[in-house]
Amino acid sequence: MSAEPLEDLPAAARANWLQWVNRLGPVLALAVVYGAFAAKSPRMFSLAAVETITIQTVIVGTAAVGMTLVIISGGIDLSVGSMIAISSVAGAYLLVKLGVSPFVGVCGAVLAGAVCGLFNGLIITRARVVPFIVTLGTLLVVRGAAKGLAQSAPINIDSQWITGFVQTLGDGERWKLLPPGGWMMILLAALFWALLRYTRLGRHTYAIGSNEQTARLCGVAVERVKLWIYGLSGACAGLSGVMLLSRQGQGDPTGAMGYELDVIAAVVIGGGSLSGGEGSIVGSIVGALIMTVIRTGCNLQGLQPWVTQIVTGAIIVVAVALDRLRHRRAT
Amino acid sequence: MAEGLEVASGPGAAAPRLDMRDVHKRFGATVALAGVSLTVESGEVHALVGENGAGKSTLMKVLSGAHPADRGTMRLDGRDYRPRNPLDARQAGVAMIYQELSLAGHLTVEENILLGMEPHTLGLIHRREVRRKALEAIRYFEHPEIRPDVPVGRLTVAAQQLVEVARALAVGCRVLVLDEPTSSLTRQDVERLFALIQRLKDQGHAIVYISHFIEEVKRVADRVTVLRDGKSVGVGEASDLTIEQIVSMMVGRTVQDLYPRSPRTRGEAVLEVQGLAGIDKPVSASFALHRGEVLGIAGLVGAGRTELLRTLFGLMPVRSGTVRIGAYYGPASPTRRWAQGAGILSEDRKEEGLALSMSVADNMTLSKLKGFGPLGLVLPGRQAAAARRWVDRLDIRCRGPRQRLLDLSGGNQQKVAVARMLQHDVDILLLDEPTRGIDVAAKATLYKLIDELTCGADGREPKAVLMVSSYLPELLGVCDRIAVMCRGRLGPARNAADVTEKDLMLEATGHGDAA
Repeated sequence: MSAEPLEDLPAAARANWLQWVNRLGPVLALAVVYGAFAAKSPRMFSLAAVETITIQTVIVGTAAVGMTLVIISGGIDLSVGSMIAISSVAGAYLLVKLGVSPFVGVCGAVLAGAVCGLFNGLIITRARVVPFIVTLGTLLVVRGAAKGLAQSAPINIDSQWITGFVQTLGDGERWKLLPPGGWMMILLAALFWALLRYTRLGRHTYAIGSNEQTARLCGVAVERVKLWIYGLSGACAGLSGVMLLSRQGQGDPTGAMGYELDVIAAVVIGGGSLSGGEGSIVGSIVGALIMTVIRTGCNLQGLQPWVTQIVTGAIIVVAVALDRLRHRRAT
Repeated sequence: MAEGLEVASGPGAAAPRLDMRDVHKRFGATVALAGVSLTVESGEVHALVGENGAGKSTLMKVLSGAHPADRGTMRLDGRDYRPRNPLDARQAGVAMIYQELSLAGHLTVEENILLGMEPHTLGLIHRREVRRKALEAIRYFEHPEIRPDVPVGRLTVAAQQLVEVARALAVGCRVLVLDEPTSSLTRQDVERLFALIQRLKDQGHAIVYISHFIEEVKRVADRVTVLRDGKSVGVGEASDLTIEQIVSMMVGRTVQDLYPRSPRTRGEAVLEVQGLAGIDKPVSASFALHRGEVLGIAGLVGAGRTELLRTLFGLMPVRSGTVRIGAYYGPASPTRRWAQGAGILSEDRKEEGLALSMSVADNMTLSKLKGFGPLGLVLPGRQAAAARRWVDRLDIRCRGPRQRLLDLSGGNQQKVAVARMLQHDVDILLLDEPTRGIDVAAKATLYKLIDELTCGADGREPKAVLMVSSYLPELLGVCDRIAVMCRGRLGPARNAADVTEKDLMLEATGHGDAA
């Protein structure tokens, strides 16, 4: 990357400063929430707590990476929870019923997610139905397909390799800091961050979300880009399904129920705008972390689950309201 | 409230209907208004003209209560008028009709007219009363299609505008402000609007008429106030002022060489169109566009000029006919057209032409994200460097290539849209209303640029320009040849030197000699 050009106006300096605050907003929010809970229960500060938080964020965080693309493009994907479930079932099915190697099983699960995502993309672009309705439909379709594939019962797997993705590290493995699943999420996030920032696909994604008509006028192959977006989002959901499989040790057709809302909330807390054109990968991961921190923190406080739920919901709304307020100041 | 329709007009009344004196307004460091005075009598149409950025919209925002004035006085019928917000202003009797109409499309005409002031008892609406008041408000309009029970969304733009006027009258407005009311109307509708304005005037309403079209202003207004740089620089009887006088007051200098014209050499035909027809419009269009020329397309709004450009560019389906661009025939799509070396400038900058929430650099490079890094990567730094070149060349006022377009003025936004075609380095430029809603300085930049492109300045190959415009002096000034479109049919192209505004207007309205 070439050097940032100098813009010597004081207004520019202020705008840059505001931009930085805007970008760091979700991170600051995370620090505040984490700090608040840690002040109450110092156990939150331990490496073990960080590990737990990561493990519990991985499933939602991985799917949120893909969802970020969808939301930046001005779309939405409600079928993410179902795609996570069918991917975990597909992985387990390949391992147990077809006896493939764990690596092939993982690839199969990711592929299953990608196929579902492409299916969404095809209907959205060919039948010209809005994403909300299409994915509301496929939420049920895919969930049903997952149950059918698993014949309505979880499929247990015994691959140590896969179940190790999101398990607490043993004493001999402390040097890894995070379990493999955590590193996979970070690597995926880095890849998608670069994709959004440095590739044509990334620019076209922002352009479609910002103004689809302009994108079309400028010769952007809008339909093809959308297929990519939904396909990639599906693949992320597929990887998220692998994490679910790893976590539960079984392909569960009723797993990840309602996760689509967590995933969307993560993206939105991280600065994504449901009207498109805005959002960031880092923000989405941070958004997912914020929600886990709240849950873990509430747990450590010994709060009832219903309290946790209310707090989570309130924080979502407050976070987004603050974000919009900041934006209004900045422009 | 219905009494508002018969506003007391007082020829003998001492105080003017609206009297604004020495109004000042600044936003931070920017001085938007630096002493504006405007006096409107009842029964008068008072035109307000000025370049974009001269302060017209700020003045109207102060008048309508959206912004408070920093200094100066405003009086309405001799009484102090200090609106705290737009609702306050409306209740005091100042109604604004903006370019973008604010009607609820799914509600009927009568529901719109009485929106927010429905006669009711405990929330139950008196439907008959609503109907009576609505009919009373629309009885002046010679538009039979405006029936009280039709959803507003089904009416034409012209009719919708009248519904908005009716709404203003129903609340009993004393000052009616029309902001660019004719910009989206057909010729006939403009005539009907003028007739309506005349009637409202006769009833004693005070009307402030804002427009870019000086010819119109001269026709409809009694007096004209000219704004420049946030000051009122002149006021006079519309009948005494010539168009040239008004324009030179607006720009603060005499308009000379607005349309530069270097010697151009006409080259080979790069775009050939034979019998092109779209689904609805165009009905038929044939022409050839050559390198080194500007071909203008005149016509009324709705004649199918925009549709012609969009069909050419693959944004609308083709029914029949052939299009050849360079050596290419075959189906059109925007992607292919850009690849074939053609670019389009949309007439609708905000909705289609530009992604306003993206940066200057992103907008300029969107059609061709190539050559900004190895392996097909797009490096933001190189993108910005490419954009900076055009920012300098076209004198685009912005903080830098990474600034979002939202904060730029209309003229600067338009320059960004044009820069996209230059960055792409297209040979054929399709320009749809390139100077709509931009100030005179930006217009001059564009005219100069078009001239440079077509004459092949600095040793570059001359380009071909197809330009649609509703402003005839501009077409006559810029183009080499002009063709007129009327009801979807494109007439023959003629040398711009051989035609007059009158010829073009006659042909556009279907009264031209078939020559």
